[in-house]
Amino acid sequence: MKSKIIRILSLSITLSAAVPAYPSGTDDAFLDSIFQVSEIVVVENRKKEIIPAQSISGETLRSLNSQSVADALRYFSGVQIKDFGGIGGIKTVNIRSMGTHHVGVFYDGIQLGNAQNGQIDLGRYSLDNIEEIQVYNGQKSNIFQGAKDFGSSGTIYIRTRRPRWDDGKKTHLTAQFKTGSFGLVNPEIVWEQRLSHRVSLSASAGYTRANGRYKFRYKRLNLDNTVAYDTTATRHNGDIEALRAETSLFGFSSSGQWSAKAYFYDSERGIPGAIVNNVFRNGERQWDRNTFVQGAWENVFSHSFQMKVNAKYAYDYLHFLRNDPKELYIDNRYRQQEAYLSIANLYRIAPWWDVSLSTDLQWNKLNSNMPNFVYPVRFTEMIAVATAMQGYGVSAQASLLATLLQDRSGNGHTRGRTTASRNEWSPALFFSWHPVESEGWNINGFIKKSFRMPTFNDLYYTEVGNKNLKPEYTYQYSIGSNYTISHNHGFLRRLSLHADAYFNKVTDKIVAYPSGQQFRWTMLNLGEVEILGTEISAEAAAHAGNIDMNLRLNYTYQKARDFTDPTDNYYGDQIPYIPLHSGSVAAHAGCHGWDLNYSFIYTGQRYNAQENIPANKEQPWYTHDASLYKSFAVKGLDIRAGIEVNNIFDQDYEVILNYPMPGRNFKATIKLTL
Amino acid sequence: MRFRLTLLSITSLLLSTSCREDIYVRQSESTSVDSPRSTGIDGFYLLNEGNMGSNKSSLDYFDETTGIYTRNIYAERNPSAVKELGDVGNDLEIYGSKLYAVINCSHKVEVMRERDATRITKIDIPNCRYAIGHGGHVYVSSYVSPVQDDPTAPRGAVFKIDTLSLQVMDRVDVGYQPEEMAISNGKLYIANSGGYRAPNYDRTVSVIDLGTFSVIKDIDVDINLHRVKRDSRGLIYVTSRGDNAYIPSRLYVIDPATDQVTRKIDTPVSDLWIHGDSAYIYSAAINDVTGQTTISYSILNLNTHLIDDNRIIKDGTDSAIKMPHGIAVHPVTREIYITDARNYVSSGRIHCYSPDGTLKWSQTTGEIPAHFAFRRH
Repeated sequence: MKSKIIRILSLSITLSAAVPAYPSGTDDAFLDSIFQVSEIVVVENRKKEIIPAQSISGETLRSLNSQSVADALRYFSGVQIKDFGGIGGIKTVNIRSMGTHHVGVFYDGIQLGNAQNGQIDLGRYSLDNIEEIQVYNGQKSNIFQGAKDFGSSGTIYIRTRRPRWDDGKKTHLTAQFKTGSFGLVNPEIVWEQRLSHRVSLSASAGYTRANGRYKFRYKRLNLDNTVAYDTTATRHNGDIEALRAETSLFGFSSSGQWSAKAYFYDSERGIPGAIVNNVFRNGERQWDRNTFVQGAWENVFSHSFQMKVNAKYAYDYLHFLRNDPKELYIDNRYRQQEAYLSIANLYRIAPWWDVSLSTDLQWNKLNSNMPNFVYPVRFTEMIAVATAMQGYGVSAQASLLATLLQDRSGNGHTRGRTTASRNEWSPALFFSWHPVESEGWNINGFIKKSFRMPTFNDLYYTEVGNKNLKPEYTYQYSIGSNYTISHNHGFLRRLSLHADAYFNKVTDKIVAYPSGQQFRWTMLNLGEVEILGTEISAEAAAHAGNIDMNLRLNYTYQKARDFTDPTDNYYGDQIPYIPLHSGSVAAHAGCHGWDLNYSFIYTGQRYNAQENIPANKEQPWYTHDASLYKSFAVKGLDIRAGIEVNNIFDQDYEVILNYPMPGRNFKATIKLTL
Repeated sequence: MRFRLTLLSITSLLLSTSCREDIYVRQSESTSVDSPRSTGIDGFYLLNEGNMGSNKSSLDYFDETTGIYTRNIYAERNPSAVKELGDVGNDLEIYGSKLYAVINCSHKVEVMRERDATRITKIDIPNCRYAIGHGGHVYVSSYVSPVQDDPTAPRGAVFKIDTLSLQVMDRVDVGYQPEEMAISNGKLYIANSGGYRAPNYDRTVSVIDLGTFSVIKDIDVDINLHRVKRDSRGLIYVTSRGDNAYIPSRLYVIDPATDQVTRKIDTPVSDLWIHGDSAYIYSAAINDVTGQTTISYSILNLNTHLIDDNRIIKDGTDSAIKMPHGIAVHPVTREIYITDARNYVSSGRIHCYSPDGTLKWSQTTGEIPAHFAFRRH
């Protein structure tokens, strides 16, 4: 076995030889995984990225008091979360203020799709089996990837845990149980089995149940500081019951690797709704069933040629029910299907020069029981050509993605007709420069034009949709610098500093526009937003006596202004829900199996509507979270137990207008590993 | 230690950048828009609907005696009302000494004192739409009757409120998703839209005998009915919204003597205000087939039932209106007020035109300004 590890290790070193030794950050992972074949391959890939991702992984991820992937993303620079509150509430992500639809979310290497409304609810991806989350601005600056990976304005990669066999065992069993506020009951089991030298299996299942109830409070003062009203009520209909099951196979050959995955998620939840005058309770329900199977295969054919194939089939079922006698009865069912195939080829022309060609095919279909539904079907063909060059301390990549897209829709005798076709280009240019050799300092940047297609809802939703919609475009110009130092001794073990400045422009923004009748809207390409932003982050690791310490700081400044129409009274105003200032602090101290974590999240003042007037102001919010864990072993059983307190100071806040967030809440966890 | 210092300094930096403050009751804002005058009308209230789910319905007041326009008076005058006026104000009616605001998505009728808009009480009525006062009662239309044969196709109802006890006294079920009402000849005419059943719209006006408070007739008119007004002679005017595609919006006349449709007028109507022998009409509607939104204004002669004028605004300032959403005519001076809902999610505008159609003044309003109630001396 050892000889093979060394062979693959040397292979990956060969492949990355031309890349300037990448300054730390990845070094730890590299060392951790020295006996881990799969990890080496992953590390090898990452070395090809000329602009490093923001990344949180492993224990750091677990120390963030986060239930879901969305919660963890709050600790990344430039990322804003729309959070409707509670365990079951929708949580969507916006990178650098360009909008949720411009974010590509990749789960174990393949994009999660939602052709219906283009939004991925990251609140439903539990962190329990997640190994790493990475956020890339623009795209992952690695040319050996599927064409789709070139296609978003910002990209999130979520990687689930892979088995590691460095302990010499053949079976790992982990059982975990969480409970706490909101009536949370959350057991999870993971089974990892080494099937052969080359093949491992991982299976996990998690169940989440919560009544979702929490107290919220609305308080107003009169000008003389007497209380005008002060109401505390309980959030209802925020319950959730969800089951997730995943099975993966990981395999290696002498020249490559493969993996296969099956995913199943089934949930029922209440949709708690907006809290408005005289209505403190809503009754909408939603059922989701998401299933997908995906596979990846990667092979090094020669020192100059590699190939990667990804394939996926997904079936998503959504059932929305509003059975409130006071309102319009809705009982809609949607069935989405997606099939995807991607082939990426990397060819090394010279040690300093790589080129790649990626071709993706995708098919989407949406069915529904809505009246007058037009049963849209979409075919997407994507071709990306890219090149990467290195030398004299400079790495540069250029890519060009062509997207060809055909929609068919209609009902009755028009069903299945081609209704729209689009051809779009997305060029991108990335560079990274190490001004000083062997110093962990680089300057990097990128320019990218990208677009997002109107979703099926934008185009074809009965009455609201507008099938004449054009895509929405983004233009990004970003420049940044990273500085990293590492030591194996002394107090300060690692320090990493990062700063970015960027200008983004969104044109032809797809917005809902009134169509003249009450509450009838239509979708129009009517919006232009300019975003000027700065992100600063720092990470440090230190060691004193027996104490390990980590600190992570993030600050984001975003001026995101609406320049749609000078006659609008919000021309030049900050767009809704984007704070000028936001930031986070996460600190960890560990000693003798004890882990103490503290985190702080700050989101500055925002506006809940386009117009920056006092009536639309949303207060800043900031929460302090803390947790304490203890790890110990009893007769070969590793036990980790701990408690979390979130929103310690019990702040009554809202992320979204009229969607109150939970106050102080608790969680207890116990995890047993065999 | 260095880290703890960094942590502290960053934290304090963030905290000093901006902190949460106590939230105060939102105060009104006043602007002088016209010179003070005395016309026999004290002024008017204007109800802003607010976008659905935003809880931003608000009340403005124009005081004619001072010429001052005041935005957002409700919260200031009723500071203890939890979450203020509510979600989607859909109608406003002055009857007797009380002001009734129908707050659609808050499922209530807010009852205030007519003279200062302070709260008397609220009356819970599910999915309430419009109100009209008559004979010591206020009648409120509701999209959904509390009792349903089929919850997937709910019928609507008219609720009868006693204006002294401010209690619901009675209820009568009508057609599907009823909207506006008018009263003539001892009968209440209510337009049934069937909006929840699109494309199988309702097409009837229900006639309720106010003596027995029961439906005595359903008059077949057109699909998706909306507005109902009465003119000085007692004739009933009913608008249809059409289907936004192939069937256009129209205006119909019902004679309460026979309860028959006596006239069909081929002009699109979003809302109308009757003053004397004229109906002031605006229309703003999208056509789903062409994707075009068409805005038009007209004045209908109620004697001839012909369009007297296909313009209301004659100085070219109508191009400043993005989305007309309300219309009123001053009962004495015949000045015309038209509200502009803009994009429905930002502050609206109110424009005042002299009777000859020239712009007198404009003012910023709350979100989706729409419903007027004039105060007489």
